[in-house]
Amino acid sequence: MNELLDIAFISGLIGATMRMATPIIFATLGEILSERAGVLNLGIEGIMLMGAMTGFLVTFTSGSIWLGVLAGAGVGMLLGLLMAFLAVYLGLSQHVSGLGITLFATGLAMFIYRLHFGSPTVPPIIQPFKQITIPLLSKIPVIGPGLFTQYSLTYIAWLLIPALSILLYKTKIGLKIRTVGENPVVADTVGVNVLLTRTLCLVAGGALMGIGGAFLTLAHQNMFLIDVIGGRGWVAIAMVIFGNWDPLKGTFGALIFGFLDALQLRLQGLGIAVSFHLFLMIPYLLTIVALISVSRKASIPASLLKPYRREEKGG
Amino acid sequence: MTLILSAIPILVAGGHLWKSYYYLFYGALGTRFNLLETFVKASPLLLTGLAVAFAFRAKFWNIGAEGQLLAGALAATVLGIHMGSVPQPLVLPIVIISGFLAGGIWAAIPAILKTKFKVDDVVSTLLLNYVMWHIMGALLFGPLQQPGSSWPRSAAIIKAACYPILLPRSRFHMGILIAFFAVFVIWFINQKTTFGYRSKAVGVNIKAAHFGGINTTSVIVWTALISGGLAGLAGVGELCAIQYRLIMDISPGYGYSGIVIAMLGNLHPVGVLFSSLFFSVIIVGAQTMSRMTGVPSYIAEVIQGMSLMVMLIFLLFTEYKIKVTKK
Repeated sequence: MNELLDIAFISGLIGATMRMATPIIFATLGEILSERAGVLNLGIEGIMLMGAMTGFLVTFTSGSIWLGVLAGAGVGMLLGLLMAFLAVYLGLSQHVSGLGITLFATGLAMFIYRLHFGSPTVPPIIQPFKQITIPLLSKIPVIGPGLFTQYSLTYIAWLLIPALSILLYKTKIGLKIRTVGENPVVADTVGVNVLLTRTLCLVAGGALMGIGGAFLTLAHQNMFLIDVIGGRGWVAIAMVIFGNWDPLKGTFGALIFGFLDALQLRLQGLGIAVSFHLFLMIPYLLTIVALISVSRKASIPASLLKPYRREEKGG
Repeated sequence: MTLILSAIPILVAGGHLWKSYYYLFYGALGTRFNLLETFVKASPLLLTGLAVAFAFRAKFWNIGAEGQLLAGALAATVLGIHMGSVPQPLVLPIVIISGFLAGGIWAAIPAILKTKFKVDDVVSTLLLNYVMWHIMGALLFGPLQQPGSSWPRSAAIIKAACYPILLPRSRFHMGILIAFFAVFVIWFINQKTTFGYRSKAVGVNIKAAHFGGINTTSVIVWTALISGGLAGLAGVGELCAIQYRLIMDISPGYGYSGIVIAMLGNLHPVGVLFSSLFFSVIIVGAQTMSRMTGVPSYIAEVIQGMSLMVMLIFLLFTEYKIKVTKK
């Protein structure tokens, strides 16, 4: 047990928690943005996989890792646009449109990967992101090395959390977004373009989801595997509810998830006999338990799932 | 329409278009074996499609058919290995019923969470897929692992627990008949029973159903039980007729395909029957197409996703037309 209390262990655990939480933070923020504008985007799992695949493919061919990140974001935006076309402009069921996008994007990601790489026995790899150590801050005892030796995308994720909070709660744009999600009729009356706002939120949210996926193939791992996302998109959906549609609280959920994920890996590394399957189950179970406790007082955006059609207003 | 759209990825892959379509359909329907194989592939798709359609009809958003399928397969494995001392004719019925129950109970959990705690059913059914997958993994690396094997796989089930093969020189098994029979049963429940009516009423307007004196909680939980049970049967079929032992990838995502199939079939059992056959043609045919033309077989998934969207847009336009004529 002494090893568990070792400072190096704790510090390593903190670092791993942050790494494991990063893709979920990106995805959760993207989903919060979409849902605040009134659209549940169940395409998230597929968008993340496309982001992961595209990011990897572009980095592999171009050699530029940031180009890969951009490509991941770009493909996320395109799929966000597709979601907007189906769910916002055509007013189709958000559940079905989102699931359709996930299925379509999942198939497409694997199709393109196979097309480009065939089925090699050894998966192709890229030179992934290197961790950046921030001077001084990383010298803080215990927490410093873990928190401040991270991938640049992780730092970006942490900057995005307050950025999204400020955008949603302190700016005019945020007020518009929230009004569109709560009461589109009011928004429309005061001159906010409901459909355009929702579209832009889906596109921007899609970009975040795509980057979250790209993080997995460009930093967390250096290759693309079919199960690379492994349900992290669905976890993000749960974290949005868990965090009551608030960026800070949602991040907190993502951190818990990252912590359990990291702890499981560390315990295995120490040779402590835990069934890794039983351990990996815990985050999902905890999420469900958390949902039971928060769902009763959830402040769900009032117009989530409701398509908006202007002509229906006048009757 | 979907077939026209799917020309794009085929062409991008550098495949010869007509040759690709020819092999797609030849591979699925061209020979006796391939045709029967299309039915073999259709049976789990049909069952998960029915499972999802039945749940969606009551607006119980069951995205968890995959986990319910695994639950059914798991129950069938445990019983299928250990029932050597049970009289042989009883083994298969017990396996089938417990597979149905396992899937049903796994679906009833999110239904109870939804009705009692207002937990979003999309999220809970999804998360439970992963929970079930990890339960299966823990068992296959632990107590269920085949003695002496280092792979995560169980021992083989006993002969009496296997579905009989109905046609020689093929894999056309009893589970296919069960799946077809399930189409009839669901149609009957939907059209001819009060439960089917209540389930639909809950789906159309849960508040109205409640004020109309329907116990909506009980209707949702029972709908979930039946839905999950059907998915569980798909798992039993894959185990007792195809694999004969539990492995981690017993389902290549049949539960998720079931969602698309249910939507394509417009949530109607007969529609689901046709869309599952359509999907099965594409999946089986894509194998041959891939071998003959080099177009990756993942084209099947791409076509599935595209067909759903085309269908959605198509449905929207038909709906719109009806509205126009009414005016």
